[in-house]
Amino acid sequence: MGIRFILMVNKQGQTRLAQYYEYLTLEERRTLEGEIVRKCLARNEQQCSFVEHRTYKIVYRRYASLFFLVGVDNDENELAILEFIHLLVETMDRHFGNVCELDIMFHLEKAHFMLEEMVMNGCIVETSKNNILAPIQLMDKAS
Amino acid sequence: MALSGMRGLSVFISEIRNCQNKEQERLRVDKELGHIRNRFKNEKGLTVYDKKKYVWKMLYIFMLGYDVDFGHMEAVSLISAPKYPEKQVGYLVTSCLLNENHDFLRLAINTVRNDIIGRNETFQCLALTLVGNIGGRDFAESLAPDVQKLLISSSCRPLVKKKAALCLLRLFRKNPDVVNVDGWSDRMSQLLDERNLGVLTSSMSLFVSLVSNNHEAYWSCLPKCVKVLERLARNQDVPQEYTYYGIPSPWLQVKTMRALQYFPTIEDPNTRRALFEVLQRVLMGTDVVKNVNKNNASHAVLFEALALVMHLDAEKEMMSQCVALLGKFIAVREPNIRYLGLENMTRMLMVTDVQEIIKRHQAQIITSLKDPDISIRRRALDLLYAMCDISNAKDIVEELLQYLGTAEFTMREELALKAAILAEKFAPDLSWYVDVILQLIDKAGDFVSDDIWFRVVQFVTNNEDLQPYAALKAREYLDKPAIHETMMKVSAYLLGEYSHLLARRPGCSPKEIFSIIHEKLPTVSTPTISILLSTYAKILMHSQPPDPELQNQIWAIFSKYETSIDAEIQQRAVEYFALSKKGAALMDILAEMPKFPERESSLIKKAEDTEADTAELSAIKSRAQQQASNALVVTDQHPANEPPQVTQLGMVKIPSINNLENNHVDQEVTQTNGIMGEVEPQNGDILGDLLAIEGPPGVSGTETLTEEGALALAPVGELENAVKPVIDIAERFRDLCVKDSGVLYEDPYVQIGIKAEWRGHQGRLVLFLGNKTTSSLDSVHAVILPPSHLKLELSSVPEIIPPRAQVQCPLEVVNLCPSRDVAVLDFSYKFGTTLVDNKLRLPAVLNKFFHPVTLSAEEFFPQWRSLAAPPLKLQEVVRGVRVMSLGEMTNLLNSLKLIVSPGLDPNANNLVASTTFYSESTQSMLCLVRIETDPADRTQLRLTVASGDSTLTFELKEFIKEQLVSIPAASRPPVLQPTIQPISSSDPGALLAGLL
Repeated sequence: MGIRFILMVNKQGQTRLAQYYEYLTLEERRTLEGEIVRKCLARNEQQCSFVEHRTYKIVYRRYASLFFLVGVDNDENELAILEFIHLLVETMDRHFGNVCELDIMFHLEKAHFMLEEMVMNGCIVETSKNNILAPIQLMDKAS
Repeated sequence: MALSGMRGLSVFISEIRNCQNKEQERLRVDKELGHIRNRFKNEKGLTVYDKKKYVWKMLYIFMLGYDVDFGHMEAVSLISAPKYPEKQVGYLVTSCLLNENHDFLRLAINTVRNDIIGRNETFQCLALTLVGNIGGRDFAESLAPDVQKLLISSSCRPLVKKKAALCLLRLFRKNPDVVNVDGWSDRMSQLLDERNLGVLTSSMSLFVSLVSNNHEAYWSCLPKCVKVLERLARNQDVPQEYTYYGIPSPWLQVKTMRALQYFPTIEDPNTRRALFEVLQRVLMGTDVVKNVNKNNASHAVLFEALALVMHLDAEKEMMSQCVALLGKFIAVREPNIRYLGLENMTRMLMVTDVQEIIKRHQAQIITSLKDPDISIRRRALDLLYAMCDISNAKDIVEELLQYLGTAEFTMREELALKAAILAEKFAPDLSWYVDVILQLIDKAGDFVSDDIWFRVVQFVTNNEDLQPYAALKAREYLDKPAIHETMMKVSAYLLGEYSHLLARRPGCSPKEIFSIIHEKLPTVSTPTISILLSTYAKILMHSQPPDPELQNQIWAIFSKYETSIDAEIQQRAVEYFALSKKGAALMDILAEMPKFPERESSLIKKAEDTEADTAELSAIKSRAQQQASNALVVTDQHPANEPPQVTQLGMVKIPSINNLENNHVDQEVTQTNGIMGEVEPQNGDILGDLLAIEGPPGVSGTETLTEEGALALAPVGELENAVKPVIDIAERFRDLCVKDSGVLYEDPYVQIGIKAEWRGHQGRLVLFLGNKTTSSLDSVHAVILPPSHLKLELSSVPEIIPPRAQVQCPLEVVNLCPSRDVAVLDFSYKFGTTLVDNKLRLPAVLNKFFHPVTLSAEEFFPQWRSLAAPPLKLQEVVRGVRVMSLGEMTNLLNSLKLIVSPGLDPNANNLVASTTFYSESTQSMLCLVRIETDPADRTQLRLTVASGDSTLTFELKEFIKEQLVSIPAASRPPVLQPTIQPISSSDPGALLAGLL
């Protein structure tokens, strides 16, 4: 079914954003996040961006102190997801201007809104940055 | 700005951030939760702004991994706020905190629907997104028409339409019936004409889901997909904002190519030519560029094109281009490309015959097996396993053995299993096979499952030439200072059987063999001690003439263990001791084991089970697998009708090799006791473990006890009745069990139709009594004989049915508790002077109180696990199953509203299904079913049923059994197990049903 979850985790392993597209109990989430963080954060730059874990494949990318981890099915196109992460980061960049961990922390709702415009039920909805950011800009204008 | 305005939230977040440790964080969170709870308790003075702020805090806390078990109502209530910012927060937080089964979500369904059908586009988007993310079956049923309307409306703007497409996708997954295939394929085809790439991207996802379900209905869409690809590949009419580093939406390209992989072929020559042109362009035109993002994006498209070409497997030339590309990829430094190269090469091996070309890359692949990156090593391992054949098995297996020493723990078991299978499958000679397995045990004993060493024992037993060699090897390993317990088991077994073949060699006299084995006894575990005792008995038997010293030593050991606390050891010690005093008779009893019948390797089966996953197992998965692998040792209970002399069962535990000798012992014992005159060789059964899976062979006919029942299926009254039915009543009843309307009974004068509606544990049946003749029917009587679990109320039936008239008699049904008994309608009338009396079963059967549910793996497995043992979970091996394909079985279960979740079970031969059962006593109760079929023998399967109610579990299990066993039995409800489910004699309905 495509994307199963999207996590943003800093290099200390703290979750900064978590969006799941399938239902997991809190306990399952905690365990899963812990396992993934342990596995992915220990990897170095020379290793590939894909980690197989349980029934997921984790496609991840690191930007400064922040890791973007996307859990997908076994039959997703890995590189397409890898670039989708970059598209997400570029979109955030355009909104926040050089996005950093703190932006996401303190503007969690915006990060969520952007994500919601980009992914729905594990499928990509929109890849045009203009369209993704339109509702947020609308709201900023309104307030 | 939504958040910057919320100072309280920012402060809270920074306080959390400043916490020095987890404990401080927890305290701060608890304090905040307490505060929010208090504020929510007292709704007065709580502004919308406050609510919004608190709801965000809750989401934040939830994200940190703390349970937030209150305030859901407040989040949901924000959905109905009039203003956008509040509404938006309400929708977003609701979809993060709640799941589709949450009750509050149902409360919101009306508000959501109003937003969807309303005029405000932004509200429409929010509502569609929520439903698209967490909408459940309720939503599917009440919202699907609205969502479809939006999707095909010409006035609906792209921003709404793209969300409607994915929303419909969700609803379709929840309930495939919401999309009517007939009408929808044309609409889908129109949707694919869409110019807006955002809408097209979403629609393509919807399309993939639809075609994956049923490609037949969507052939007309195929050329449209190719058109989309052409448009993107030629970069026609692609707005700048949809190009990514100069590449026209790589995501849409990938999705479209994925959709095409669901069609088996492409027949139309024009479409085909156009597609191949695009693919050719992608294959040839993708260069490595400096910019990482551009490079990734173009390779994403390239890999998808490769997959599509492989799938179509049409153009020889293109295929060889693909192999060449992959060969290039697995040699590059860039780890992502190398990883994908290995992965796709493995896939390629599965679809097409390129083994020889891929073998040329063997050295390169072996290098990747030593890569520092575990992801790449795993891919290399899978590929090596897939490409192995008799020509390269030696090299590959040796590489795997070498790697075993350094591999991480998570990979070792898989490695060991794969090495063992390859060695067995492709062994150029058997001694090499023995070498490999022994090395495997030596290097990674902890990761060698019992199946592996059982298998080597089978091989050695069946190949006489191999026996001295294997014994010698086993003897050599015993010289090592520290050896693994599994090695101890296999060595002890082999030396017990075959060490006499080595007797002339130095260090191999019975005495020496005995002492070197016995030296290790203090270090081994209880099950291994049992094996050692058997070995001693065998050694004793082989040392002819007896060596008194050895004999005394061994006897001393036997008598020492005669008082062992472990029953198995004690029994062996006692029996061996007694037997060894029998002198010559010992020779017969402890003679060499006979050959094993050839069977499929249990290892290969096991590997097939494991194949589904690529990586380390999740808790869920591994549990599912344990269950699957339990299936490997179905040493199940013997059918009741087998002669009682199967005394071995009472004396030995089946699933371990230890029983090999006991088999003989037992037979001896029973013989001497004179219980039976003749001992049949029971090896087939008792060696279930060694023989690789499958239950006792050739047992069947246990469940065919319905044979006579089948004959008695016709209504009881038939024999006396002069008037014969003109339809097959049994068959009609069967039909009505899965349908809700139809004819129940018909003879030349009367027709009884039935129509039913079911809701939860209640139902309403209407009987249509029709007089077919031109004169009236007199003395019409209809009496319901209800079984004890149903409350039935039939409205009064008129005594006379006028000519050509039909009367309707409503019948109310309440299901009190689970039972398979059926209600009976005693229907009689007079035609002229003939009295016609029929007893008809009413289709108010168990499955009518099912409500279909589809569960995801995440919903299914926790439930499955929590219902761990009888009586809530029952398991049975069912034989005499009527032969049907898995597809047919799936259809059968689905028709009974036991909804099969495809793919939930890692083993493709198994089915997993679920349903909700309603009755007054159980209320709504989730039922889970698992059927494990045996592809080699379709007449048997293993059935596991679980629910929260023990009666329900039992009844459901029996019910499913009836459906699966031979056809006549399928319609024949109860009384199959009168001993287990005694029918109370005061229950006329049940009694009658029993008679039927």
